[in-house]
Amino acid sequence: MSSWEVVIGMEVHVQPKTKSKMFCGCSIAGLNEPPNTHVCEICLGMPGVLPVPNKAAVEACIKTALALSCEIPQHTKFDRKNYMYPDLPKGYQISQYDLPMSVNGYLEVGASRVRIRRVHLEEDTGKLIHAGDKLHKASESYVDLNRAGVPLMEIVSEPDLRSADQARDYAMELRALLRAIGASEADMEKGQLRAEPNISIRRVGSQELGVKTELKNINSFRALHRAILYEVDRQQQALESGRAVVQETRGWDETEQRTFSQRSKEFAEDYRYFPEPDIPPLELDRAWIEELRRALPELPSVRRARLLDQLPAAQVAVIGADRDLADLYETAVAKGAPALATANWIVNEVAPTGKLMSGEYLAELIDLLQQGAVTRDQAREVHLESVETGRTPAEIVAEHGYSQVSDPSELRVLAEAVIDANPKAAADYRSGKKQAMQALMADLRKRAPQANPKVANELLLKLLA
Amino acid sequence: MTSDDLTRLTITEASRLLRLGSISSADLVTAHVDRIERLDKHVKAYLRFTPELWEKQAEEADRRIRQGDAPALAGIPLAVKDVLCVRGVETTAGSQILRGFKPPYTGTAVGRLFEAGAVMLGVTNCDEFAMGSSTENSGYFPTRNPWDLQRVPGGSSGGSAAAVASGEAMIALGTDTGGSIRQPAALCGVVGMKPTYGRVSRYGLIAFASSLDQIGPFARSVDDAAIVLSLMSGLDPLDATSSDRPGMEVLNNFGAGVKGMRLGVPREYYDVKGIEPGVKDAIDAALFILRQAGAEIVDVSLPHTDYGLAAYYIIAPAECSSNLARFDGVRYGLSEIDAPNITEEYLQTRRNGFGTEVRRRVMLGTYALSSGYYDAYYLKAQKVRTLIKRDFDQAFQKCDAIVSATSPTVAFPIGAKTQDPLSMYLCDVLTLGGNLAGLPGISVPCGTADGLPVGLQVLGPQWGENVVLRVARAYEEASEMKAEVAGVV
Repeated sequence: MSSWEVVIGMEVHVQPKTKSKMFCGCSIAGLNEPPNTHVCEICLGMPGVLPVPNKAAVEACIKTALALSCEIPQHTKFDRKNYMYPDLPKGYQISQYDLPMSVNGYLEVGASRVRIRRVHLEEDTGKLIHAGDKLHKASESYVDLNRAGVPLMEIVSEPDLRSADQARDYAMELRALLRAIGASEADMEKGQLRAEPNISIRRVGSQELGVKTELKNINSFRALHRAILYEVDRQQQALESGRAVVQETRGWDETEQRTFSQRSKEFAEDYRYFPEPDIPPLELDRAWIEELRRALPELPSVRRARLLDQLPAAQVAVIGADRDLADLYETAVAKGAPALATANWIVNEVAPTGKLMSGEYLAELIDLLQQGAVTRDQAREVHLESVETGRTPAEIVAEHGYSQVSDPSELRVLAEAVIDANPKAAADYRSGKKQAMQALMADLRKRAPQANPKVANELLLKLLA
Repeated sequence: MTSDDLTRLTITEASRLLRLGSISSADLVTAHVDRIERLDKHVKAYLRFTPELWEKQAEEADRRIRQGDAPALAGIPLAVKDVLCVRGVETTAGSQILRGFKPPYTGTAVGRLFEAGAVMLGVTNCDEFAMGSSTENSGYFPTRNPWDLQRVPGGSSGGSAAAVASGEAMIALGTDTGGSIRQPAALCGVVGMKPTYGRVSRYGLIAFASSLDQIGPFARSVDDAAIVLSLMSGLDPLDATSSDRPGMEVLNNFGAGVKGMRLGVPREYYDVKGIEPGVKDAIDAALFILRQAGAEIVDVSLPHTDYGLAAYYIIAPAECSSNLARFDGVRYGLSEIDAPNITEEYLQTRRNGFGTEVRRRVMLGTYALSSGYYDAYYLKAQKVRTLIKRDFDQAFQKCDAIVSATSPTVAFPIGAKTQDPLSMYLCDVLTLGGNLAGLPGISVPCGTADGLPVGLQVLGPQWGENVVLRVARAYEEASEMKAEVAGVV
């Protein structure tokens, strides 16, 4: 087992945050609406149409490249990647070939530095829907071009990753970074971040790369992890039993939890790349790039380093991986909330549910919790209700009377104190003046407004009996 | 004024009569439609007609003329080459593969002329996907030269040139990728202009070779061509290669005459292989007239001319092989849907939909871009293109504009070159340099040889349309060789 080394390079496609498609004005909101409702003559590849690059997509790509410490060359251009497929309306994909938007960056993943080969821009294809199971058996195929022309950034790493864990961490780190800089929502389930690992194995100590396979159809970080583990095992078994690994694209089958052969790359397709004549080469304004660089927010790795000064590593691992959680933590702490208690609440209550509240409200909630004004269970309910209604935790607590103390053992001390402090009223009550109880209760409520009056009253009655 | 007289007018003359109320836009349309009915069965300039458009547009033009707010082209009859998309009008690029295709949108250049009040009569014939120099590659039928029906009108915009030459339209739009406006203009004896690459938006132009294609006007006077060009020029947010230079600058000072201008005659063009003696005589006469008008004729050289044709026939097919990939039968046009699988559907659709010349160029271009051949062909051709641009840059150090024949020959008989693609390709030897370098060029009538029209080509520096128009206009005036309307039969 230990005699093999795993070598992984990642190709990650990310949908940048834009309002419209890469080369036309079609809205990208609601792409899952009925087929072919988000299309125009341009993304349908009608005769005579032309592509005009989306500036917001270029900006997101440059920001991503800067955040990955890439070089941004003076000249960049779009190229045509030619191949025919029914989901590709023009018969070519507009992508970038030899002059990508950016090159030579890196991403810190844990203690290692993963080199980034390039980040470039391209357009997505449409989607085929087959009547029947598989393409070659389908009696009819339908084309949905809602996705056609949606912008994509392709982030290509060098083969620097050495395990499934590391590959998953790389993808998660990338997601955190993309979200932190606002370049993408990077939601894997929604297909906004698609990770395609290129996997090979080699004997430990060998410098040559083995034959690689590329995995597709991966829809979650868990699937990414499992697919790599499966694929490494499959390759290892093949090599150890004297068979060869075939260079190919393999799909991840989520239900069967295995990879399957999709397309052999033995006869590599000739994409006949050439410069896209409809789009002049881009001469990016250096001043604009510097402006974008200056406007970049703190990157997750830097923020994490800062958080580690305040919190244990376990909490930082969760909070530092998500811009929203880290923002929530920091604003709550800035409002005076104690660091560890706030962090724990976020790790245990916010991260698993995704129910974000404002930092100010969270600070208030933590305060109520720490004062003992609410129990943990109550605080959880207050939290959810605050997120749903937008009202402050204190308001919700007051309204529900969550702050009432009903525990007789806690209230007994209070009741005794009230009796001690009001000897006359106590004596009056004992001598039959039942209305003296009102004075005792008034004092009790004054001392402890959160006391449950019913329980307190019963306790007083019992103590005076 | 007879009905036929109305089909001989220029924009300037017609606009004056329209504004005076002597004629209406409806009269103009009727006169042209009458003439079309009489002549087009011989000329076959049009593929189809657009009566719904001309009725609506003529009515609108007459209304605005009456109100006194007529735009520049109000009521002017226009013919549109079959490669320019017009919403709801069958547009097929001269190809069977697009038979029945009605674009859901109107392209920018045509749209701007509609806004300027032009009245569209119909769609003109052309070589399939603008690939050809005789209009014989049309997927429908060949168009005939109005001056001699046994001869070709040139191409690829042969239908537009023939329509204007025969009085079947006052103005027409064409596209020029290697000479497809200027060469048919020369062969039909009309004015045809190709603007600087980027001057006119290509949005709505069914692409042949994206880095070479430009839309331009046909007219019967230089003034008319200038007016039409100015109206369709200028930045278009839908075309990333369109320039933000104002369209009206093409008219700057264009009436100033040639006195004191230096006109370069490239020796490689003057003595081009295969130039007919009659054509050379006509050009010599034109040079004499220009000199008389005060221009200085200077000798210049475009040393890489010989390589231009080869570079062109790599770059243009390479781009076309990619541009034509979208005609796959999946979304529009011909679809051999009964094929057993998708690959077979592609093959059958494209085999049945494309003609011989289109298939030849798609194959040439696919080959030139293939892995292992890219550097030797496409990349090398791009280097040649750079050298050709440099040739022109250097020539324009010595002169203000370049003059030459537009075509080495006059109109040739139908069928004369169809069996020999190379001889057909040579038709564009004097024009395609302007496309490779992205320069503006015009062809104006300069007399006849053997009774057939000869064209004088004027090429200018980038964005120098006004210079080109100035020389052309001065020549037109000095030579008194205004484009005439062919009698046809």
